[in-house]
Amino acid sequence: MSAPADTLTAAPHLDDEEARYREVQRRERWRRRAMPALGIVGLIALWWAVVAIFQVKPFIAPSPWAVLQTLYVKRDVLLANLLPTAGEALGGFLLGNLVAIAVATLFVHNRRLQEIFFPVVVMFNSIPVVAKAPILVLLMGNGVEPKIAIAALVCFFPTLVNSVRGLEAVNPQAMELMRVLSASRREIFFKLRVFSALPFLFSALRIAASMSVIGAVVGEWIGATQGIGAMIIQATYNFDSALLYAAIVMSAALSGSFFLAIVALERAIIRWQPESHMT
Amino acid sequence: MSAVAAAAPRPAGDAPATAAADWAVSCRNLQVRFFTERRAITALQGLSLDVAVGEFLTLLGPSGCGKSTFLRVVADLIQPNSGEIRVFGAQPEAARLQRDIGFVFQDPALLPWRNALQNVELPLQVAVGRARRAKATPRELLELVGLKGSEQAYPHELSGGMRQRVSIARALASDPKILLMDEPFGALDEITRDRLNEELRRVWRELGITVLFVTHSIHEAAYLGQRVLMMAANPGRVRAVVPVTLPAGRTLASRESSEFVALTSELRRLLETC
Repeated sequence: MSAPADTLTAAPHLDDEEARYREVQRRERWRRRAMPALGIVGLIALWWAVVAIFQVKPFIAPSPWAVLQTLYVKRDVLLANLLPTAGEALGGFLLGNLVAIAVATLFVHNRRLQEIFFPVVVMFNSIPVVAKAPILVLLMGNGVEPKIAIAALVCFFPTLVNSVRGLEAVNPQAMELMRVLSASRREIFFKLRVFSALPFLFSALRIAASMSVIGAVVGEWIGATQGIGAMIIQATYNFDSALLYAAIVMSAALSGSFFLAIVALERAIIRWQPESHMT
Repeated sequence: MSAVAAAAPRPAGDAPATAAADWAVSCRNLQVRFFTERRAITALQGLSLDVAVGEFLTLLGPSGCGKSTFLRVVADLIQPNSGEIRVFGAQPEAARLQRDIGFVFQDPALLPWRNALQNVELPLQVAVGRARRAKATPRELLELVGLKGSEQAYPHELSGGMRQRVSIARALASDPKILLMDEPFGALDEITRDRLNEELRRVWRELGITVLFVTHSIHEAAYLGQRVLMMAANPGRVRAVVPVTLPAGRTLASRESSEFVALTSELRRLLETC
């Protein structure tokens, strides 16, 4: 490395600097992790303060403590209702995204189809979920099917748009390379387009992960007897605000864990990017 | 004075009526037009040229003179509107299907999800029925371009110069007869560029392959080529064909010779009157 004479004097000094640098880095990492937690704690404290200072009636808005108690006391019924919602959301997520990816693949290979049907899809997407939900319940009955269908519908659109964009966002010179190599469309798809589309697909899947839970909950608003959505409706009619908030916390936890699962999957699959983007 | 200059074919136009098969690339009256919303652009007008097998030809000229377009016509990426072109005596399409063509782009266009070795292996994994295998393995090709030890590195871990080396190795993997290079070193710093120029000449001499090399740099064009095809823009056409009379075993130091200086000043003069 360096001359022996230097090592005696210079090395400890350099090590000091390096150690100081690492220390600063470590503190910076902790700070970045602590800040969001600070935001959440601050918000809960504010909520608590507002409820306490203005003496808000428990049936209007509960205190955080009351919500926490309800979460514990009614954990069995909450979990029993969380499971069907999670199942519907997951089913809708898988169905909606698989269909979206299939349609995107079709669109990329057949421009005519894309020109005809893309505007139709955009039109359908502009109908609000809450308007689509009753139609599907009428069509499919009161079982899990309409809930899965609604969750699938809300996942479908972002994934379709992003997949089409991703499959077409191929480096033009890489495309020319494949043509010089006389690659077939299938080879171009599986060796080039799929990989180029993956980052786009995953940013859509992150959205879809939370959207699927919203879809399932909205589906349960209409005539369902179980599920987080049904609980929300019942708790509202019964002025049981603590249970309402507890149900909301459960659904947020559900979509949060869906989201984190997708992020983990993305990190496991997309290993070629120099810097993984923080979410 | 050098064997290289003597061996270089005569400029197009007064070339004898040899069978097109004797040339690596032979074209007559090539015309390529593009249409934009506002106007029609004549990218190439009346281009006639013969490139000998094993020749190193550099294409020099201002932006929009059709240098890149010409390479793309040779590679069958663009079809000419009129005129004739033969690549090793065949239509460009046939040459492409036979894997006679290797292309190096300005952007290395490596696939970021493949490491260096996997990128070089790509040509052997597509259109497998057509793929010819270079005598050298992908690993040996990486060694040839000076990347021994970086086989497992991903593109984002490599410097710009190293990425372009990988892309050259990739172009060589399917054993092409002609290497088309579209400003491959244009985005690199001068030190890296000089080194890659020297190594490209070494690779060319080792493999005996035909090279068409597009560049904006007068020094690069003069140092690398056996002939320099000077092009002019609007419409894209041939301005002059300048033989390079430098020794075949030239080194970067040859660029200080009076011969080289005289050549580059001539090229510069021609370029200014383009």
